[in-house]
Amino acid sequence: MESFLQQIINGLSLGSIYALIALGYTMVYGVLRLINFAHGDIYMLGAYMGLFAAHAIMGKTGHFLIDTILVLMFSMLVCAMAGVLIERFAYRPVRKAPRLSMLIIAIGVSLFLENGGQLVFGADPKFFPQIIPESRYQWFGVTITNQQIMVFICAIVMMILLNLFIFYTKMGTAMRAVSYNLDAAKLMGINTNAVIASTFAIGSSLAATAGILVSINIPGINPLMGVMTGLKAFVAAVLGGIGNVMGAVVGGLILGMAEVMVAGYGSSTYRDAIAFLILIALLLFKPSGLFGKNQAEKV
Amino acid sequence: MSFWRRLIHSSAFYPIACITVLALLSLPVRYFFVDGYLDQGPYLYQILILTGINIILAVSLTLINGIAGQFSIGHAGFFATGAYVSAFITVTLGPHWHRWFSSATPVSSWLSDSGLLLFGTLGAALATALAGLLVGIPSLRLRGDYLAIVTLGFGEIIRVLILNIDAVGGARGFVGIPKLSTFFWVFFFVITTISTVYNVLHSSYGRAFLAIREDEIAAQAMGVDLTRHKVMAFVISSIFAGVAGSLFAHHTMYLHPNTFTFIKSFEIIIMITIGGLGSIEGAVLGAILLTILPEAFRGFDSFRMVIYALVLILIMIYRPQGILGRFTLWNKRRRKAP
Amino acid sequence: MNELKLSNVTREFGGLVAVQKLDLQVGQGELFGLIGPNGAGKTTVFNLITGVYSPTHGSIEYSQKSIAGLAPHQIAACGIARTFQNIRLFAGLSVLDNVKLAMHQKRKQRLPSVLFRSSSFKQEEQQLEASALRLLEIFGLENLCHENAGNLPYGSQRRLEIARALATQPKLLLLDEPAAGMNPQESLELMKLIKGLRDEFKLGILLVEHNMRVVMGVCERIQVIVHGETIAMGRPEEIRRNIKVIEAYLGKDS
Repeated sequence: MESFLQQIINGLSLGSIYALIALGYTMVYGVLRLINFAHGDIYMLGAYMGLFAAHAIMGKTGHFLIDTILVLMFSMLVCAMAGVLIERFAYRPVRKAPRLSMLIIAIGVSLFLENGGQLVFGADPKFFPQIIPESRYQWFGVTITNQQIMVFICAIVMMILLNLFIFYTKMGTAMRAVSYNLDAAKLMGINTNAVIASTFAIGSSLAATAGILVSINIPGINPLMGVMTGLKAFVAAVLGGIGNVMGAVVGGLILGMAEVMVAGYGSSTYRDAIAFLILIALLLFKPSGLFGKNQAEKV
Repeated sequence: MSFWRRLIHSSAFYPIACITVLALLSLPVRYFFVDGYLDQGPYLYQILILTGINIILAVSLTLINGIAGQFSIGHAGFFATGAYVSAFITVTLGPHWHRWFSSATPVSSWLSDSGLLLFGTLGAALATALAGLLVGIPSLRLRGDYLAIVTLGFGEIIRVLILNIDAVGGARGFVGIPKLSTFFWVFFFVITTISTVYNVLHSSYGRAFLAIREDEIAAQAMGVDLTRHKVMAFVISSIFAGVAGSLFAHHTMYLHPNTFTFIKSFEIIIMITIGGLGSIEGAVLGAILLTILPEAFRGFDSFRMVIYALVLILIMIYRPQGILGRFTLWNKRRRKAP
Repeated sequence: MNELKLSNVTREFGGLVAVQKLDLQVGQGELFGLIGPNGAGKTTVFNLITGVYSPTHGSIEYSQKSIAGLAPHQIAACGIARTFQNIRLFAGLSVLDNVKLAMHQKRKQRLPSVLFRSSSFKQEEQQLEASALRLLEIFGLENLCHENAGNLPYGSQRRLEIARALATQPKLLLLDEPAAGMNPQESLELMKLIKGLRDEFKLGILLVEHNMRVVMGVCERIQVIVHGETIAMGRPEEIRRNIKVIEAYLGKDS
């Protein structure tokens, strides 16, 4: 039984992954009011793209750090493009349709990616090459791997960058405008299509990052890895208040910790259920989450 | 009026006629399909039964999703509840049952088996009704996306709970369920489901459900108690999912929680969407198509799902009302009135 | 008896006070008008009466029973019906079904009789259809009874909204800008309709309207609110001459 501190470290590590993916959910929901069921599968795509890149680049450049950065960038780029394409061809045609249609299409895209993945990549787990030599640190009786540190730092850095982007750049402000009122934003001369495309691009590249960071830590990837993780990341986004960027990160960290605690101190078969229990408790008592605001309909 | 004229004009006519037809069909079906007279018999029989079960699932889901407009993605949870509860009942009760009810003659054997099945199905219906209440009452206060996610969550929680109950096999699966589902009973319940949903739709309650779908605020202002009616639709819908579960369990004779994931819920949603959301005929059509077509693609498992997904996306973009849309054959008849 | 009484009602939305210490009364069978500039709080008052919001302070009584805080469907059951500023018909349902739905709460059929299609169920369905058609005749909509409500021309939709509200058999009818978008001829017909409804069904009618000709022509008593507060109340002739009203709210074609 690992120590409490160890659990916290593991929890933060897992939570950072959820946070990165949750950011994508929350941003897309913010601008489109769409729950992008396919987002978890972008995370999976990111892992696979990273796999190819890693195999291709293995040892070619001198330093493992450069290797990693190249792999990350490749994967982020591919996934960003994938996200934009999905938005363009699957979601944009139904932007004016009832939300039910969009939800069902999102389910369709998700199924498409999962089964397409199984077809193209094969359903058996693939293994990520060790491009980062592992080193472990021992502090105060807990073991932290450098990979865990990387995951955590990456998540925090991304969140800070994203916050800066959203609040201090023109595009970020445009995104916030679109999230309040799409039509008004259009009337103000904002190119809403470009804004929405960028939202998907950024969200998808964050998911790709998560995919790679996870694969480095836990080397087996399979086409269905996005299903559960994506769902839980979505819960994290709702927990933080869907549409709220900081909330997504906080939600992710809390969920990661909760899951690790339940698995460590409770029963590991219930670890999946904890996410759903939190979700249900949340939606019944405080649907707007920790930082969200209630949006009532005007009569 | 003579007895026959009264019978034809009574509302019991269609159901009674259908059941009579069913009973008559059972013998030839048994001969050709089950007893292997037809070459592919048993395989086709399997498809027939599964089609029936999927029709029940689809029509019941369309009541809450299509007619009442409450998007629920947890149907698999009720399917699972019905399956496991009924299986548990028949398996525990089985040995005692056969002591009380003899299976000497074919007739008494049929009666005994049917009785056991109905008993198990009743248990399934009650358990699922309770589950429907427990899930529905808190969830149906939420709107749109949130309701979808909560029902998804509840479906998964039910599955995880089942996974952890040893008495029904948990992760090992539940074996030894008696094969009690027959062509007659499966389609008996198909008819029951369709007539129930039809009757509800063409009544004051049906109008209330439709009104809730169209505009909740206006419906409330006209005196419709939203929560009560949403829960009503939800519970009716889940009861039939439970019935389907019982029929399923007593056909496959084996249950495993992995059959009842949210993917299963998605499959039923795909059925009713492709067929036409909000129409009973659409649900039936969707269920038939999506049970039979995959068999044509047998062996191409991932490939067929990729095609499905594409078809689903294309339909939602270009023909969101599905194949039949909200067109109902029955409406045409009514329009002939004033 | 069937009197609506708001006493000292206040409704706040966060920092914004939409309605401030408002008193309002509509008696049995009275034609009452509520007017004021845009944003004065008229629709908020409507929503308070019909249960969409509860008052932050104050009381709302109908027939001497408190209705503040009740859910909208319970208020409908008390005999208060409303129409909406932005038409809220059940667009995908037929005209006939829209009206039949409004009769839902008075139904006698229960689930078992529905499921088994008993003769009492069929009888009630026939009665519902007959009553609904009779009501539609009053509004001249019986020929459109099988059309989808969403396909109707605008004027017919407005009339259907009123017909539907009437189908709930109310004793008090709240009309939220029923003349919006109507030309002078249509407004004249609307005025006749409203007066006719009051006479025929003995209803109290609370009207929120911007069209001054309709308000002055129909209402027996008018209350003017600005920024959520009452600035004047009285008969049409008095209101027309009231300086405060003229200042706050330049009437159009009175």
